[in-house]
Amino acid sequence: MGWIGGNLESIRSLQTKQALTQAVNLGLVVTSALILWRGLMCVTGTESPVVVVLSGSMEPGFQRGDILFLHMNQDPIRAGEIVVFNVDGKDIPIVHRVIEVHERQDTGEVDVLTKGDNNEEDDRLLYPYGQLWLQKHHITGRAIGVLPYVGWVTIIMNEKPVIKYLIIGALGLMIMTSKE
Amino acid sequence: MHSFGYRANAVVTFAVTILAVMCSLASLSDNFNVPTPTADVKVLNINWFQKQPNGNDEVSLTLNASADLSSMFTWNTKQVFVFVAAEYETPQNALNQVSLWDGIIPSKEHAKFWIHTTNKYRFIDQGSNLRGKDFNLTLHWHVMPKTGKMFADKIVMTGYHLPEEYR
Repeated sequence: MGWIGGNLESIRSLQTKQALTQAVNLGLVVTSALILWRGLMCVTGTESPVVVVLSGSMEPGFQRGDILFLHMNQDPIRAGEIVVFNVDGKDIPIVHRVIEVHERQDTGEVDVLTKGDNNEEDDRLLYPYGQLWLQKHHITGRAIGVLPYVGWVTIIMNEKPVIKYLIIGALGLMIMTSKE
Repeated sequence: MHSFGYRANAVVTFAVTILAVMCSLASLSDNFNVPTPTADVKVLNINWFQKQPNGNDEVSLTLNASADLSSMFTWNTKQVFVFVAAEYETPQNALNQVSLWDGIIPSKEHAKFWIHTTNKYRFIDQGSNLRGKDFNLTLHWHVMPKTGKMFADKIVMTGYHLPEEYR
């Protein structure tokens, strides 16, 4: 009976080995995605190197579902640039074009006014009541490139959470059952 | 080994890689295009010029702009955004840029244009510095691609002058 016990033992150790390998692989995937994201943050100098266009306010230049690549550095902000900004009291960042700039002589501080290309009015209506200008600290990045359609993945996942859980579940199942 | 899932994965990975390479090539090919735009902007009239109750100067202009931007269009161009901005310096501000008119050019056929317009956006100074002010009119353009990197540049036109008195 000794050889059966030995075989069982080896099968069991093989299974733990396999499970361990899979866990390590999964960890590798997750950490490399994290490294990529943090690396992009370092290179581009912005907290969100990539944003998805959610509204049609910049159509037809940017459509809903486009992905924008952002960049931020110390260069002064100038009219015509497409910037991403946060207004106080709202969570969702807005991507609009700068149409007016006033830069101080002494401090170099800027007052900026933005507008969506597809909107009739400038953005003073979006700013908190009484605020006329955006300052540098509102602006988190400037758009440098665009990739169409790819952002639909995140829009769909956010609007239909069921699909998100289905995909996560299916991926999890595949990882658990894969024998490669 | 050659299960359905394995093959589907290989096909999708390959397709996405090819798509990514083609997008990058399309964007890179834009760099070979050297645009040679021409533009001319005239101020035809100062319609009115006054000081607002809050102390800021405001002026209304009639502009006449003609430009040929057709050399900017490549196969990867979705549209060109073009605008005319007044740019000037004041004792308080090292740079003021105020957009006066803008437009979207959807295709090469529309890239040679001529417009006659009053300023679409209000020309308001931060303060009361516009009397007798020399300013530049700058035609900016922003080439927005179907995919990839955006390009922007400008033509600066100098020698514009606002009147000494409100009217």
